[in-house]
Amino acid sequence: MSCFLTNSSVGKKVVMSVTGCFLVLFILFHMSMNITMLFDWASYNAICRFLGANWYALAATVILAAGVAVHFLYAFILTIDNYRARGKQRYQVTVKEKGVAWSSKNMLVLGIIVILGLGLHLVHFWSKMQLVELMGGHASIVDGVAGVQATNGAAIMMITFSKWYNVVLYIVWFAALWFHLTHGVWSMFQSVGFANDTWYPRLKCLANIVSTLIFIGFAVVAVYCFMTSDALLIEEMIAAENLIH
Amino acid sequence: MNFTLKIWRQRDAKSQGAFETYKVTDISADTSFLEMMDILNNNLIHEGKEPVAFDHDCREGICGMCSMHINGHAHGPSQAVTTCQMYMRKFKDGSTITIEPWRSAAFPVIRDLVVDRAAYDKILQAGGFISVRTNSVPDGNAIPIPKADADESMDAAACVGCGACAATCKNGSAMLFVAARVSSLAKLPQGKVEGARRAKAMVAKMDELGFGNCTNTGACQAQCPKSISIAHIARLNREFLAAKLKD
Repeated sequence: MSCFLTNSSVGKKVVMSVTGCFLVLFILFHMSMNITMLFDWASYNAICRFLGANWYALAATVILAAGVAVHFLYAFILTIDNYRARGKQRYQVTVKEKGVAWSSKNMLVLGIIVILGLGLHLVHFWSKMQLVELMGGHASIVDGVAGVQATNGAAIMMITFSKWYNVVLYIVWFAALWFHLTHGVWSMFQSVGFANDTWYPRLKCLANIVSTLIFIGFAVVAVYCFMTSDALLIEEMIAAENLIH
Repeated sequence: MNFTLKIWRQRDAKSQGAFETYKVTDISADTSFLEMMDILNNNLIHEGKEPVAFDHDCREGICGMCSMHINGHAHGPSQAVTTCQMYMRKFKDGSTITIEPWRSAAFPVIRDLVVDRAAYDKILQAGGFISVRTNSVPDGNAIPIPKADADESMDAAACVGCGACAATCKNGSAMLFVAARVSSLAKLPQGKVEGARRAKAMVAKMDELGFGNCTNTGACQAQCPKSISIAHIARLNREFLAAKLKD
């Protein structure tokens, strides 16, 4: 297949831009969903029930996975191209150029941290939720707690974040995402040509706002779960979910 | 002033290069960087050694011939000037200065500090021109052009094609150069006519010659001796995408 999206440098960057934009929008949606947890865990579980193994949630999951896969694959293709273009002989002396953000030169490394975090996240949550339903089950054992329903996102969150090391791991993950997005969010506008000298400060400001919002939105929920988690509350969540089923 | 120079010496494209260390003494602070290189070469010739090969021509910052990666900076630590316009007062007396050729796969070293920048000429040949009749000169005011457009076109046209952008870019991308050429023509009515064909042809040639992909770090505009903005890269992206979507 020969198309400018696969065979030209500018086209490949457009693919990075569009898939990146799609992933940012998904993350904003995911964050908004998590915020519910701060106010009412029962409402959070209502959202989880809505997003189980039904056709629309599965379709969305497949599209989302494809988005991640394409973004990740193109990142490697582009990086290999760039590595070759740089040549074998490197400079002995290099400097940090003025106005060049550290994150902009380390997007692949940050992306790899993000994808590793995603792997951990899928094991922690997705494998206990949508995957369980896909396999025809209704409940699983989460970190030693038996009978946790696949739709009981609140309980899974409370159990996972009751461990301090999980909170730390997730915060490191969110921090890598923060760095990735401070460059990624304005860069995706540049790659499709929507940028100029007037808009650079605005776009970079938007990127900082979006990435900070995402960092805080996710981190607050993880810390909140760590602070409020206790065995009684988790039992209450499991009992409430059993009543619904 | 006295300096220790660590200079990349390489016999030809095929041979292995290495750094050699030289000393220059009694250099006036008002000596230009290239004059300092001339003094070094003069000394080397008197000692019966091979002088250091480096590119230079106009020595007034407009031809784009001089290159040199000096202490980690394309064209040295001075902002917005070419190597030829930098003076030794910019350096600390007694310091060591490391001088390297452009490092980019598309710019192979020919000898010492001289690299082959023909790749940029090939990109220009692919579309960096306008097809106009070359008879008598038309009246300059016959086609009204908004001041802002003329200014932006001139800012882009300031590119001397020296290669500092690709040499600085961690991806070896030539986007700033191509963008400057596309932008300077796209903003004017004479250039707009062939805009779509030009953007496609120049990007295709740039990719074919092995330059990397732009990741919007902005390192190129920081090191560009003519301070060309990456806003021109955004315009190139727009021009290219519009042309491709029309196909």
